[in-house]
Amino acid sequence: MKELLIITIGAALVNNVVLNQFLGLCPFLGVSKKSETAAGMSGAVIFVMTIASAFTSIIYKYILVKTSLEYMQTIVFILVIAALVQVVELFLKKFSPSLYESLGVYLPLITTNCAVLGVALINAQKDYGILTSIVSGLATAIGFTLAILIMAGIRERIEFNDIPESVQGSPIVLITAGLMAIAFAGFAGLV
Amino acid sequence: MNNYLLSITFLAINWSNVIIATLVVAAIGLIIGIMLGIAALKLDFAVDTRELEVRELLPGVNCGACGYAGCDALAKAIAQEEAPSDACPVANSATHKLIADLMGQVVEEREPQLAYVNCAGTCEKAKDKYEYHGLLDCKAAMLVPGEGHKSCSFGCLGFGSCVNVCAFDAIHIIDGIALVDEEKCTACGMCVAECPKDLIELVPKRSEYFVTCISTAKGKDVRTVCSAGCIGCRLCVKACEYDAIDFNNNLAKIDYDKCVNCGECAKVCPVKVIKIVTA
Repeated sequence: MKELLIITIGAALVNNVVLNQFLGLCPFLGVSKKSETAAGMSGAVIFVMTIASAFTSIIYKYILVKTSLEYMQTIVFILVIAALVQVVELFLKKFSPSLYESLGVYLPLITTNCAVLGVALINAQKDYGILTSIVSGLATAIGFTLAILIMAGIRERIEFNDIPESVQGSPIVLITAGLMAIAFAGFAGLV
Repeated sequence: MNNYLLSITFLAINWSNVIIATLVVAAIGLIIGIMLGIAALKLDFAVDTRELEVRELLPGVNCGACGYAGCDALAKAIAQEEAPSDACPVANSATHKLIADLMGQVVEEREPQLAYVNCAGTCEKAKDKYEYHGLLDCKAAMLVPGEGHKSCSFGCLGFGSCVNVCAFDAIHIIDGIALVDEEKCTACGMCVAECPKDLIELVPKRSEYFVTCISTAKGKDVRTVCSAGCIGCRLCVKACEYDAIDFNNNLAKIDYDKCVNCGECAKVCPVKVIKIVTA
């Protein structure tokens, strides 16, 4: 239990997927213009990351390790995650149209999200068990949610600010992201 | 020398590893592929393209006259058979037919209609009780004692609440009263609902004669406030051979179902309140 808690805090705050490991930057910069869309994206990421962690760790543990093909993990994980998202999408469309509609376009978007693949690879690298992998995936997704929601909130306020012409648009967002990363560096040493 | 090096590299590759790796990844790919295929078949359901097709047929003005949030919402309701295929009051019967065909339904052809403002009390014909200096809106003017500045409490106030709700630019204030542009009017009924005086009604497009007054006041009282009001003389009722004029509360009203556009009523009307509108 203690170990899981440590993994959770470590994955969500200390080793924040966006601000510390710089994974999943495309959605972090792309869909953080409005809190609503950021929340939608976060929901989809939490959903996919948790499920993907479970499946990839099962496949890693019972197929790749057994056949000593660990070096094929990147290819296999991409395959598994892409297929998984497709199945989940079909499943949701059929049984929960409302959830499908609220996740909307974000679900297929994160099929190839590097953060999702990154979590699977980190889980394999750290040799986590299946439950630990799921917890780690969920915590990483929560970390992503935290980062993107804070970013969206800041960006909504930046809209009203008088920003120097040379850093308007993407530059100010990247500067903000850098400052956020520095702030999150304050969590270092917590675990 | 070159040949020797080449053969060394060639031999150095552990071929069984390559084959195992290829086979394992191919097998995983195959299994996932089959599972995806099965999932797609099991979870397959027909995507309703009718919603998009219905949306294409609808006018797309988003006037809201159908009671839905816009054309998209109505298209969805029609596609899910929550709304009848002729729910759009703006679309003509040809469009209704197309939508009904698409949905496999049968609709009765509706008679084309028009909005008609039942007031002829223009600035010079109708008198004012007082000068109104309030908000230029019919509903606001209605709150003032006497229900507006017009001497006739039934008449059009002319502030254009109906003009504001019209999505088709089909109604305008001319000479102090609202007038419908027959070319542009789609009979969506938004102005009918908006008018605080309930002056506007939907009439069949083929009708040509209208009693352009809704005043139920007595003839003398009508006369004192407006020279274009129905005084309740009953001459038209007598003139009509088709029994197409109802007479109630000092007011003549043409029954458009019975009216054959003969025009006898307009000929005998002493105040010329029966207007002729030829399309």
